[in-house]
Amino acid sequence: MEHPVPTDYLRWIVLLPLLGAATNGLLGAGLQKKLGKWMISLLACAPVVISFLLSLKAFFDLLGLKPEERFLLDRVYAWLSLGTLNADVAFWVDPLSAVMILVVTGIGGLIHIYSMGYMHEDRSYWRYFAFLNLFTFAMLLLVTADNLLLMFIGWEGVGLCSYALIGFWYQDHVNARAGNKAFIVNRVGDFGFILGIFLIFWSLNQQGHGTVTFREMQRFVPLLEGQEMWGIGVATLATLLLFIGATGKSAQIPLHVWLPDAMQGPTPVSALIHAATMVTAGVYMIARLHFLFSLAPVTLAIVATIGALTALFAATIALTQNDIKRVLAYSTISQLGYMFLGAGVAAYGAAVFHLMTHAFFKACLFLGSGSIIHALGGEQDMRKMGGLRGHMPYTFWTFAIAVLAIAGTPLTAGFFSKDEILWQAFSSEHGSALLWGLGVVVAGLTAFYMFRQFFLVFFGECRADSHTRAHLHESPKVMTMPLVVLAAGSVVAGWIGLPAAFGGSLFAGWLEPVFGPHQEAHGSAGLEISLMLLSVAVAALGFYLAYLVYFRRTLAPERFSSLAGGLPYRLSYNKYYVDEIYQFVFVEGSLLLARIGAWFDLHIIDFVVDGSAKLTAFVSWLNGLFDDYVVDGIVNQVADSTFAAGDKFRKIQTGNINSYLYVILGAVVITMIIKLRYWS
Amino acid sequence: MTDHVLTYMTFFPLAGMGVVLLLPRERHDLIRWVSALFTLPPLLLAVWLYGHFDPTKPGLQFIEKFRWIPDYNIAYFVGVDGLSISMVLLTALLCFLCIFASWGIDKAVKGYFALFLLLDTGMMGVFVALDFFLFYIFWELMLLPMYFLIGIWGGPRREYAAIKFFLYTLLGSVLMLLAILALYFSSEPYTFDMTVLIAQNTKYGTAALPFWPFDRLGWGFQHVVWMALFIGFAIKIPAFPFHTWLPDAHVEAPTAISVILAGVLLKMGTYGIMRINFPMLPAATAELAYYFLAVLGAWNIIYGALCAMAQTDFKKLVAYSSVSHMGYVMLGMASFTSQGINGAVLQMFNHGTITGMLFLMVGVIYDRAHHREVDGFGGLAAVMPVYTGVSALALFASMGLPGLSGFISEVLVLLGAWQKYPILTVLGASGVVLTAGYFLWTIQRVFLGPVNEKYKTLPEINGRELFTLVPLGIIVIILGVYPNAILDLLRSSLDELNRTVIPYLS
Repeated sequence: MEHPVPTDYLRWIVLLPLLGAATNGLLGAGLQKKLGKWMISLLACAPVVISFLLSLKAFFDLLGLKPEERFLLDRVYAWLSLGTLNADVAFWVDPLSAVMILVVTGIGGLIHIYSMGYMHEDRSYWRYFAFLNLFTFAMLLLVTADNLLLMFIGWEGVGLCSYALIGFWYQDHVNARAGNKAFIVNRVGDFGFILGIFLIFWSLNQQGHGTVTFREMQRFVPLLEGQEMWGIGVATLATLLLFIGATGKSAQIPLHVWLPDAMQGPTPVSALIHAATMVTAGVYMIARLHFLFSLAPVTLAIVATIGALTALFAATIALTQNDIKRVLAYSTISQLGYMFLGAGVAAYGAAVFHLMTHAFFKACLFLGSGSIIHALGGEQDMRKMGGLRGHMPYTFWTFAIAVLAIAGTPLTAGFFSKDEILWQAFSSEHGSALLWGLGVVVAGLTAFYMFRQFFLVFFGECRADSHTRAHLHESPKVMTMPLVVLAAGSVVAGWIGLPAAFGGSLFAGWLEPVFGPHQEAHGSAGLEISLMLLSVAVAALGFYLAYLVYFRRTLAPERFSSLAGGLPYRLSYNKYYVDEIYQFVFVEGSLLLARIGAWFDLHIIDFVVDGSAKLTAFVSWLNGLFDDYVVDGIVNQVADSTFAAGDKFRKIQTGNINSYLYVILGAVVITMIIKLRYWS
Repeated sequence: MTDHVLTYMTFFPLAGMGVVLLLPRERHDLIRWVSALFTLPPLLLAVWLYGHFDPTKPGLQFIEKFRWIPDYNIAYFVGVDGLSISMVLLTALLCFLCIFASWGIDKAVKGYFALFLLLDTGMMGVFVALDFFLFYIFWELMLLPMYFLIGIWGGPRREYAAIKFFLYTLLGSVLMLLAILALYFSSEPYTFDMTVLIAQNTKYGTAALPFWPFDRLGWGFQHVVWMALFIGFAIKIPAFPFHTWLPDAHVEAPTAISVILAGVLLKMGTYGIMRINFPMLPAATAELAYYFLAVLGAWNIIYGALCAMAQTDFKKLVAYSSVSHMGYVMLGMASFTSQGINGAVLQMFNHGTITGMLFLMVGVIYDRAHHREVDGFGGLAAVMPVYTGVSALALFASMGLPGLSGFISEVLVLLGAWQKYPILTVLGASGVVLTAGYFLWTIQRVFLGPVNEKYKTLPEINGRELFTLVPLGIIVIILGVYPNAILDLLRSSLDELNRTVIPYLS
């Protein structure tokens, strides 16, 4: 298709970070030694910043087009073409991926800059930035790929970088294991994802339109209606398979287990990968394929349910964790659950909106916690923090804003996006009061655990040891400035998506060309506002409880932890023992199968092989005996008898002519007699 | 020269063997360089061939044919099509690199390189031969040097491994010989010419033979011949349950021989099935492919992966991963879809480069630490960062990481197989998870964690070792990004091959 604007700059949005990764990955060690870390920083940050500027250009290019023509395509080359399969290396930007590339390069860029401060002491500075760049590349590929297979490269690529960065400090086995876990759990999801791709391709192929390209799929998926496989509608089965992929990447039940462990990586990595970008891939994928998911109401119901349950489940775990990053990790899982709840009620726009606002405040929270950990010399246990507000003003204020945002305080970004999801969960045709109720409960829990964290870290007595306390300091500007930007975003980003009751959403309007006209909710503005007030009240209750327990300290936490014999507390504190169960069933299970396989090879197959070899050897030994005693026996016997006979017959040969003549004579006589008697 | 390019490629190494035999036995370096010199022309010719092969034509190219033993209609007949050219390229490349990987051999150097060059000729011959008799001669020709290379230059249990290898393969050869003779005597006029045998492929009977067990199975002459050939080839692949020679042979063989074994020899199994079983016995192929290629292939994938997971010897682990990865080839070729069969042959090529890298990489560490126990290392990433980087590339490629070559072939195979065998594809795809499991676990145990004090001073990978690994690594990356570099060669020939079988599919 012809474009009114040139599009071949799109590839550079994606490829520049790759270039940075390659340079730092191959030459970084030497450059760092010869020129110093600034060279590494330059090589790593410049590409991301330029990508961000190019993404802005793409955004404005889109803005200049008519809404229904808003997409840019940059086809680079034919990648895979076999039979009816055609997948190009091609990048496209439409309103949805424009949002994503802005988030990835914008927030990603801030995190790159922040990392310059955070990682400054690290010996493997170059390796860190190489992987950070590579990650940015993979994520950009994921969101700009114009077909499913190319998207899958980014999809697994972010998994790889996540593995490498979680295990960045690889000399500790705990980190290495956490990396392994992330990769393998993600692989389980990817397994579902790729099968989903196969199913879509072949089902469309059966209709004469085998394709993996998004735009073509959108055209042809209606043909899938009525097609079945294994007794399930193809659209339902395919979306379920894809959703397995989404649960892996976005850490939803039952594949959520890797994300908390991923906190072993450097904190900016947690911010970039495990809050702002990679984990949102699942949400993006569902939004990207909304036309397919909308054909499968069963899948949507499952997505919404899993989302709501994950939100609740993770929030209950976050209540009791003591590690500052783990609380944030579970809150990420919980917030992702909100996004899936939104996607599951077909409110894709709301899900993407929350994805974007969450990227701001969660990145801010993670980077803020990084700043705290940095100041405390690596301490992550909140029981050893406290009273930090005076020492770290920037960190304190930005963290506070982000906490307000995630707790859903009115007028912050988190408020608008969460409210949009809750309202859709209630009013959409796929929604229900139950889903809404779950969402509201989670809002209350979120306010509680976030303020619990906030009070434990910044207020009260400082519980760190004296040495650490003496070295308390605010982080350098290169770290605090990104915090300020993100904190600002945590407020302002929400204002582009005001609820219909307050004038409507610019954001929803922007995404309209992708998701179709905004679904007018079934319900009045009055109902919307009352529900909103209700959820705010529940969140306020959560805040108030946290305030009583952790600020005023008039309510002992033991009052909660000893409820019902302490069982709920233990379940929550031990993450419902899911890790232990998985370890036992899947890890030990596969190792057992592995040992059985290896045993079978050694003791059954090789027994047969060696056995037949031994049998052959035995038979040939018998054969040898037979040869020696029977065959050779006969031969020797024959030889011996011949010899003996010869010995006997030799006596006949006397050499006496007379006796020969007598014998001849006798023979002739006998012959003649016989002849005359019998033949005449 | 260009008229006889395949002949030159095949016999250069043999000439090299002659020269090596004339050299004084104690001039080790001279012998090594001469060997390198005689494996270089085939590689250069392979590059030339790559440039001059016309990928749009499905048929055979660079044909050379003359009568050899006219009394029995035996000809010297060689040529390449899309199926074999990729294998010819792979053989030429790996043989050249493996000369350098053999540099450390210091026992009976002359004998080693002479046998290696003979092996090279045998392998190249198998891939270009188009006369069945010639094919069989090359097939046997490579068996012998392999036996000695494992049996003399191998590890402590080399004799057991060599004899096991020999007996397994001999069993296969005998069955193959019988099948070849059966086809020869059913041709009209008697011929060993593969193209003629293929052209007559409707003549081989499919009606069930009237005696047990074939009457029960419904197998005719064609099925029996198919099976005889299949067992011969399955041993080479190696398909379950004929695979147990492989781990032993790999563990005992010297590094370079392991590379050749995994990189080239295993491919002859699947190559033979596609070169011979598919077009010559299409009816039997269509009927038997499900059980003996698809089911067995999926089983190979999972079984090999599980066995790999249980290994503690690094080399044995890689050997079992080969069993798993060759399963993809079987599954892909059994799908008779364009994606499946092209993916299968691409997987053969990719497995050659990736597993070649893996064995070279194990060799590097074995040369330094003199053991291969996965649990005996730890923290090598801090000691040998460059080595770790190259190894990680190979290991992730073997895991099928997108962007690297292994991904493309595995995904094509699975995509192709899905259309015909969705359940088997699900099983096969689950192997991807297992593979990630055992390789990541291996990476963790060998490269990550605290530095093992014993190996704190291991020297970094050297230039010669990098020289053997880096070209393969570059190919792995290029084919991940631009798979058409090989797929373009394959496409028309393999689609044509599919078309000979598809009419028989019920």
